[in-house]
Amino acid sequence: MSRALRSIGRSTLGWLLPALLLAGWEGASRAGLIPANVLPAPSAVGEAFWKLLLSGELIENIRISTLRALSGFLVGGSIGFALGLANGLSALSRELTDTTLQMIRNIPHLALIPLVILWFGIDEEAKLFLVALGVFFPIYVNTLLGIQGVDPQLVEMGRIYGMSRTQLFVRVILPGALPSIFVGLRYALGIMWLTLIVAETISASSGLGYMAMQAREFLLIDVVVLSILIYALLGKLADSLARFLERISLQWHPAFQTV
Amino acid sequence: MTAATVTARKSYSTTAPAYTPAPQGKVSFSFRNVAKQFGGKAVLQGINLDVYEGQFVAVIGKSGCGKSTLLRLLAGLDKPTSGEIVTGVLEDDQKRTRIMFQEPRLLPWARVAANVGVGLTGIEKGETARKKSLEILAEVGLADRGGEWPSVLSGGQRQRVALARALVGHPSILALDEPLGALDALTRIEMQQLLERIWLAKKFTAVLVTHDVAEAVSLADRVVVIDSGRIALDLAIPVERPRRHASPELAFFERQILDQLYNR
Ligand SMILES: Nc1ncnc2c1ncn2[C@@H]1O[C@H](COP(=O)(O)OP(=O)(O)O)[C@@H](O)[C@H]1O
Ligand SMILES: [Mg+2]
Repeated sequence: MSRALRSIGRSTLGWLLPALLLAGWEGASRAGLIPANVLPAPSAVGEAFWKLLLSGELIENIRISTLRALSGFLVGGSIGFALGLANGLSALSRELTDTTLQMIRNIPHLALIPLVILWFGIDEEAKLFLVALGVFFPIYVNTLLGIQGVDPQLVEMGRIYGMSRTQLFVRVILPGALPSIFVGLRYALGIMWLTLIVAETISASSGLGYMAMQAREFLLIDVVVLSILIYALLGKLADSLARFLERISLQWHPAFQTV
Repeated sequence: MTAATVTARKSYSTTAPAYTPAPQGKVSFSFRNVAKQFGGKAVLQGINLDVYEGQFVAVIGKSGCGKSTLLRLLAGLDKPTSGEIVTGVLEDDQKRTRIMFQEPRLLPWARVAANVGVGLTGIEKGETARKKSLEILAEVGLADRGGEWPSVLSGGQRQRVALARALVGHPSILALDEPLGALDALTRIEMQQLLERIWLAKKFTAVLVTHDVAEAVSLADRVVVIDSGRIALDLAIPVERPRRHASPELAFFERQILDQLYNR
């Protein structure tokens, strides 16, 4: 009981500072300490939010951006995961592809933007490609690391007890690699939003980044700030979801045991 | 070295404490002139050993003398460079030889009962497997712990889970590679008693590698000393059970083994 109360108290405590900052910001804006053309008051941002929400523009842009982020993530993530598995399990596959992949990894994927625009224009493919590429590497590298880091003594134990290759994979190798795969997942989610923001800001005709860029042209600074806040919120949401999945699937891990 | 081996083998058949097999004992496994090399370096050579069903053999020797290698050969994890190993159980002997290591090697992501269930891979599934796992857990003194994660258990308890996992498939041979080596002295004694009790109840052939001479003589029917890759001494311990730790009888055998180990 008291523990539950304390944990509620602790999570509230984390929100105290942001709330204070917000109140301070509002106060400073009202007192004219922060000019409205530098940073609008939180209430102004709230108003912009309400207006865009009612017009349906906001929801539509969030929907488009989320769809882009997730499809890029799905494509890049599944290729990265599959290659990570293949290279973790087969020395042949690793020797064939790992050097090449490690070389490509050294190119910052955002540096490809001019090339990607030349290839795909500003169509959906451009964004999909960039997000997929950005997400690919953290998932690939961490899946590979995870599998290579599985305790060989446990693998030997599984063999001794007559596990088939499939059983060995499902019961020993994959669970052993999972903590590292989650590290890759959370990292990839961060990169996913980052890439999308950049791509949408540079070349798009819809989405949150586009909304922000348009607002900039019309000097609607409250909408610009609003877009930034929503990006932050979406990023946080994705991370919380990943953490939640992590907590569920890594219950066995001492780091996630709450006894 | 060869001389020492010869005398040891001789004393085996003549002098008083030598090992004499039970009259109608069946052979559980035999090493026939087994040698093992790693990259040209001979680790074991000329190993001849017949172990009888239900016998408790302790293997002792200095670090690096090839004890683990011997067990890995027995468990079929490695193949001998020359010679052969014959086990009584022919067809599914892989299933029936189990090996336990110094580390429990439990799956951290599986509950205790599921870890024991690993020992029934390819033998039993589902509800039956679970029931058998819980039964054997009770036998090693871990009733009610089946639902826990291995990480919450103590070192001794984890090793008991590993023992349960090894036993749940009813092996005819249990190979133990210093399974108590990492435990504190009191837990060790408890585990020795548990091991003896279970061995008496289940009648499997036990091969225990240990570096603890007192442990060897208090548990084993027969102690094999390995030195430089050969069997230097093969000694019967014909002492009634239950045995008392550090009794004068055991001390007598203990001294003989220590003399052999330090060439006194
Ligand atoms: N897989 C291996 N490859 C090369 N050398 C090995 C291998 N396994 C064991 N050895 C060597 O064989 C010798 C005996 O090892 P081991 O059987 O583990 O000794 P013990 O268990 O008696 O301490 C050691 O010198 C060790 O270095
Ligand atoms: Mg060893």
